[in-house]
Amino acid sequence: MTIKKIFIAASLALSVAAAAYAEEAKAPAAGAAPAMSAPAAQGAPAATAAAPAPNAAASVATPAPAAPAPAKKELKTNKTITIGMFMIIIAVTMGVVVWAAKQTKSAADFYAAGGGITGTQNGWAIAGDYMSAASFLGISGLISLYGYDGFMYSVGWLVAYITVLLIVAEPCRNAGKYTLGDILSFRTSPKPVRAFAALSTVAVSTFYLTAQMVGAGKLMALLIGIPYKMSIIGVGVLMVGYVVFGGMVATTWVQIIKAGLLMSGAFLLSFLVMIKAGFNPIGFFSTIVSSPEIQDHVSKLVLKDGVILSGVDAGQRFLEPGLYLKNPLDQISLGMALVLGTAGMPHILMRFFTVPTAQAARKSVIIAMFIIGGFYVLTTLLGFGAAIHLTPQGITSVDPGGNMATLMLAQQMGADIAPIIGDLFLAFLCAVAFATILAVVSGLVLAASAAIAHDIYVNVIKDGHADQHEQVFAARATSFVVGACGIMIGLAAEKQNVAHLVALAFAVAASGNLPVVVLSLFWRKFNTAGVISGLLVGTIASIGLVMVSPNMTYPKVVAEGGKKVIAAMEKKQAALPAGQSLSEKDAKALAKAKVDAQQTGTSMVGLEKPLFTLKNPGLISIPLGFMAAILGALAFPNRRSEEMFDEVYVRQNTGLGMAKAVEH
Amino acid sequence: MAEKQYDWKAIAKNPKFVELHHKKTAFLFGWWIFSCVYYFLLPIGAAYTPGIFKVKIIGVVNFGYIFALSQFFVSWGIALYYSHVANKDFDRLTRELIDELHL
Repeated sequence: MTIKKIFIAASLALSVAAAAYAEEAKAPAAGAAPAMSAPAAQGAPAATAAAPAPNAAASVATPAPAAPAPAKKELKTNKTITIGMFMIIIAVTMGVVVWAAKQTKSAADFYAAGGGITGTQNGWAIAGDYMSAASFLGISGLISLYGYDGFMYSVGWLVAYITVLLIVAEPCRNAGKYTLGDILSFRTSPKPVRAFAALSTVAVSTFYLTAQMVGAGKLMALLIGIPYKMSIIGVGVLMVGYVVFGGMVATTWVQIIKAGLLMSGAFLLSFLVMIKAGFNPIGFFSTIVSSPEIQDHVSKLVLKDGVILSGVDAGQRFLEPGLYLKNPLDQISLGMALVLGTAGMPHILMRFFTVPTAQAARKSVIIAMFIIGGFYVLTTLLGFGAAIHLTPQGITSVDPGGNMATLMLAQQMGADIAPIIGDLFLAFLCAVAFATILAVVSGLVLAASAAIAHDIYVNVIKDGHADQHEQVFAARATSFVVGACGIMIGLAAEKQNVAHLVALAFAVAASGNLPVVVLSLFWRKFNTAGVISGLLVGTIASIGLVMVSPNMTYPKVVAEGGKKVIAAMEKKQAALPAGQSLSEKDAKALAKAKVDAQQTGTSMVGLEKPLFTLKNPGLISIPLGFMAAILGALAFPNRRSEEMFDEVYVRQNTGLGMAKAVEH
Repeated sequence: MAEKQYDWKAIAKNPKFVELHHKKTAFLFGWWIFSCVYYFLLPIGAAYTPGIFKVKIIGVVNFGYIFALSQFFVSWGIALYYSHVANKDFDRLTRELIDELHL
């Protein structure tokens, strides 16, 4: 036990020191680091670790305003308050880890919190696990810039839970134990099935984790000016700390805390927006339509498609589809990946093993659906509110993708009451974004580690012969390695385009995992060959299609675009009166286009232009995954698998024999 | 812990279990298909029948917005309805089955 305590203390110290070190990089406030890590190293809980933070931060914050104001507009956070709030979150979650570590004794504790999470708690944790910073900041940003399409985009993320609720949640609770491999290997040859299930879990988690880590690094840089590499290491160390020491108990509570913070922030901000609108939703939408800035913004957007709109017509267009999502097949393809992929996400499936009964699993999905859906409905208010109060032009001047819209709105809504409230509210939402990142990445690391440690190490390599002590050790060691790999991937992928990786993770889950889970649970003739061919074909088809899709960079296509810009700029230059030169923005675009036009070569897989025109592979890869699973099973029939179907089916419907899964 | 042995085949043939199985299958897959059709009407409608989406219903609020918002309420409705039916029927049938088997 003492060794464990030392580990916990060390991880606390590491994470706080990482945050402190990141600050040093900004300003030479070296004295802060030892002062902060010292109380933490003694294993002191919440309050003491947080207390020195504001002082340390204050010494850093002072030089900041003195710096010359950059030409580009930035979101100005009050560093003292923001870092203070970050420290509170780190301290509270570390307190949770220390408490959770004491309870984590067996493999069931580590992977499934001993089955002791209630339905309500699990509902909040599912919401916390699912809603990433991309949905928190990204969707409201999309709405603030493209109106209706941003809202339409958010719908699929909730509808996806109908599949989870009706098809997978309860059967998985009754038929599984810790991982996807447990469900799939029940009436098949366990070793190959577990190995393939683990590979697919690791693939999905890695894609998702990479996108989250890179997003985290960039977000922290934008929010509080911590350098990219430091943010990745800081987030990574915390994530490893939560999972290695606290396992599922700590991960669950970090997710619950995050979901609570996120909902409070969204409620409060929507409330402020509605006060401004006089609690009149119709008036709120009329303001959007009649806003001259939104009208101007929309006119420019539709002009790109050769449509001329102005005045109220342009304002009304903001509430109609088609400003952002222009390829319907791609939308349908993404919709399929969401609706089927969420139910095949290993980190979501894993959440159902933490509740004691199928009834609790059912309740948890329903609660999660109200939290997630409620959040997206509020997001509409935030997005449209940002468009009204900040104007799309104001939002894009800070971040062209609109990711800062919610945060800017919080600052302005708060500042309208009193400047300090604006700073406090902004700092609070930054802290929510930080907690969001931590909660999502921890869930992913836990899912990937469970697949490697439980499926591959314990059940394939050790034939299931490992005592509790060895299992827990394997789980902790694997989490540590998986987390370290996550940090390294995050560091390496800084300059990579990772936006398509989330869609890819959902596509793999929908085309590889979901077909085999559903067929295992509901089709008598399903067997080992079906699982393996379904997983392989679904996964390879999704990855392969993305490799040849427009998501990749095609130098020749980029060069062509560059040439077009050069031609347009030359025309513009010619039209200008003699002696006048292009505006700064145009000159920059021209310089970039000249570089782009020089690009030559082929994409990663040696293509000059995309072979497959959709960004989301689901439309093709999901049917392929289902077909491969069905054909594989029919080609190699297995009597034992068929005979055992009755057992699987009775178990998943009644929960009989489930005590084994919980008590072990 | 010694595990209790069940005769799975016999349970699978029990009339109570067969009834549970039929009711559940019809309910779950039926509502799942309904929710999918309703959801995919949104991207398909937005892309191919934008005219309908632009029809103003209340003030400047158009059909498209109300339809997208209705997706949330339909999903919640299905969830609550399922919860109601499962708590009332499916769980009761399961309990009766287990009682009958003296497990």
